[in-house]
Amino acid sequence: MTSALQRFLPLIVTTAVLVVGFLMCAAQFPNFASWRVVGNLLTDNAFLGITAIGMTFVILSGGIDLSVGAVIGFTTVLLAVLIEHGGWHPLAAFAVALIAAGGFGAAMGGVIHVFQMPPFIVTLAGMFIARGLGFVLTTDSVPINHPLYGELNDIALRFGAGGKLSLPAMLMLGVVVAAVVLAHWTRFGANLYALGGNRQSAELMGVPVGRTTVAVYALSGLLAGLAGIVFSLYTGAGYSLAATGVELDTITAVVIGGTQLTGGYGYVVGTFVGVLIQGLIQTYITFDGTLSSWWTKIAIGVLLFVFILLQKGLLTVWAGRGGEPAEA
Amino acid sequence: MTASTAPPSTPLLAIRGLSKAFLGVQALDGVDFTLRHGEIHALLGENGAGKSTLIKTLTGVYQRDGGTVALEGREIAPRGVEEAQRLHIGTVYQEVNLLPNLSVAENLFLGRQPMRWGLVDRGAMRRRARAILMPYGLSIDVTAPLGRFSVATQQIIAIARAVDMSAKVLILDEPTASLDAQEVAVLFKVMRTLRSRGIGIVFVTHFLDQVYEVCDRITVLRNGRLVGERRTAELPRLDLVAMMLGRELEAAAHRIDLGPAELDSRPPLASFKGFGKARSVEPFDLDIRPGEVVALAGLLGSGRTETVRLVFGMDRADRGEATVDGRTIRLKGPRDAVRLGFGFCPEDRKKEGIVGELSVRENIILALQARQGWLKPIPRRRQEEIADRFIRLLDIRTPDAERPIQLLSGGNQQKALLARWLATEPRLLILDEPTRGIDVGAHAEIIRLIERLCADGMALLVVSSELEEIVAYSRRVVVLRDRRHVAELRGGEVSVERIVAAIASETPNMEVRQ
Repeated sequence: MTSALQRFLPLIVTTAVLVVGFLMCAAQFPNFASWRVVGNLLTDNAFLGITAIGMTFVILSGGIDLSVGAVIGFTTVLLAVLIEHGGWHPLAAFAVALIAAGGFGAAMGGVIHVFQMPPFIVTLAGMFIARGLGFVLTTDSVPINHPLYGELNDIALRFGAGGKLSLPAMLMLGVVVAAVVLAHWTRFGANLYALGGNRQSAELMGVPVGRTTVAVYALSGLLAGLAGIVFSLYTGAGYSLAATGVELDTITAVVIGGTQLTGGYGYVVGTFVGVLIQGLIQTYITFDGTLSSWWTKIAIGVLLFVFILLQKGLLTVWAGRGGEPAEA
Repeated sequence: MTASTAPPSTPLLAIRGLSKAFLGVQALDGVDFTLRHGEIHALLGENGAGKSTLIKTLTGVYQRDGGTVALEGREIAPRGVEEAQRLHIGTVYQEVNLLPNLSVAENLFLGRQPMRWGLVDRGAMRRRARAILMPYGLSIDVTAPLGRFSVATQQIIAIARAVDMSAKVLILDEPTASLDAQEVAVLFKVMRTLRSRGIGIVFVTHFLDQVYEVCDRITVLRNGRLVGERRTAELPRLDLVAMMLGRELEAAAHRIDLGPAELDSRPPLASFKGFGKARSVEPFDLDIRPGEVVALAGLLGSGRTETVRLVFGMDRADRGEATVDGRTIRLKGPRDAVRLGFGFCPEDRKKEGIVGELSVRENIILALQARQGWLKPIPRRRQEEIADRFIRLLDIRTPDAERPIQLLSGGNQQKALLARWLATEPRLLILDEPTRGIDVGAHAEIIRLIERLCADGMALLVVSSELEEIVAYSRRVVVLRDRRHVAELRGGEVSVERIVAAIASETPNMEVRQ
């Protein structure tokens, strides 16, 4: 069982950081430990969480997707333009946005596989293209006033004293559960880990490398599109500059969650915890009221650094252990 | 189960007249190879013999140009690794091609996981993984990441996967290269079990002891052609080595004057006692005296290159001691060796030696500059003097010293590399395959140069596969086999026959005498 402990250690450490952090906040602010705060934490970070799940899959497969923030921004603009200028029903607009975002991701995956290009460059280009397309549609911030938006924002499960689980929060939790199943109980999930472990070996073992690469970027794009929908519900507007830098926030969440940037090792649940840690720091600074919001960035930066060092340390310890006896 | 489609007399695998060329170079030329049910068949040959081309044609990595390949009487032409697997041809490579980040069970079942209700049945996968590994004597935690196990265990898991995917033909491409003796024994037990189940195993290795321990038959290739197929029991080692090296065991070649006999009584320049490194080369004793040429002879993979890498500090010995001028030294890296006055011309010029974009002059002064330290640049005038002197001395054919070295021919690159080390005025120069891949004229010049160098009092340690060459210029020859120094021939004892006999000898550490 020590081996199981070893494997889950990054995840355990991340979770411990979240719990200890929450308890420290609760000790300092009497109102902190409430269902309201928990509910808001989930709602406020729903779009980040959904995007980070997609990013986790991409990073597990040994890639990276820098386009997600821009895709979120583009999606909000597309929704606003279709609904407000085009008079579309929001549900139809949602469908179009998801297809567009997923297709965009699939196209990047195709380019990465067919031309054997580094994902960093391809998705960097994708980032500029998506951001630019948003500006082509409109440079203004367009408010969305469709009644369905109000109705969707009113959907919530109420629990405890003042706690509520909003639609975005429910969507994020649903995505997390589906992602765990996808990662560990499907062939696609196993293929992702295989691809991130060693591309050449995976290919020799019969993993459909091309199909898996295209699928994982399509999935990341699709989830970024879903995050865009959540973001537009959350802000009630579409704006080309929305979600700037979110790709970096999601990568941070993935790494804090214990996934290795080089691929092959990590857990979806860790990413979810990583998102919550980021949200917790933000909530703390809001509660404090005197600190500049830039302290969020500094705290996250320090945390990221510590986690990378921790991972490096764990890997060194494991490598030093060497192999086990061949026979038992 | 296979008997209905193929009577027992039909070989499991029959390759006839197999040919394959790359850019006009004939890598395989009409090769025959026959694998029977339930046999372990060694495929042997030196570098460039065509072993790996043959295997890659079988596993679908290459498509053949000519000839036939029949599996149980049915002609096959796999177009990829997956198709070869479907045809029941499984391959395990020297570098384990599994995924260290996945669990043992996931590695065994990647791409063919047991499914239930559309999802992977992880419980069934674990149970079946344990069942698959049981016959191999492995009862390990199948949920642990593969990378946590030793290379030998990973190797056996790779074999288990290949066999479980219903392999009839199992190709093991140098599976023992990174295993220790105990691990090899476990692997051989597995191979024998599989043989008794009727699986045909193609075994590629450089270790002759292993061939005689486990193989039923031997097929030898040389320069892309079939030399012959023999039953192991009927092929003496001496004949096998002769088949591999392709030499008629004729009288020794002409030998040069080897210097005065009192050389032997000189104190050694460098002396190594019990020097060795686990999984690289067994501990050896080696003395090198000023003014003599010591050659290391042996088959590919016998530990020649490993020995010189230890001597030059490129690999760190984990046992034994080295003395230079009677003082015990510690070689922590090539820089230490250079400081002691050692020089090293590697075998792979392109990868380890020349810097292609730099000029001939820059390449020649590289080692000298490195020894001086980069903060004290050698004046340009002096650089030019040194370069011009060696270009003249070694007859390096180049229009001028400023030409990028990659534009020179292989022989001239080799001479420039020699010049690089000669410029540092080394006391011990190590040459790994100094005449490989260069034309005949340059070949002779380099041999003449070796003679002249040792006449000037420099000591030389040479690795070469050209036995005649070794005999022509060496005072002493250390023979290696299976990563062990097995014999040392000196003076009048040095001959091609003696070297071949020592390579083929069965008992380790024996002195070849008559």
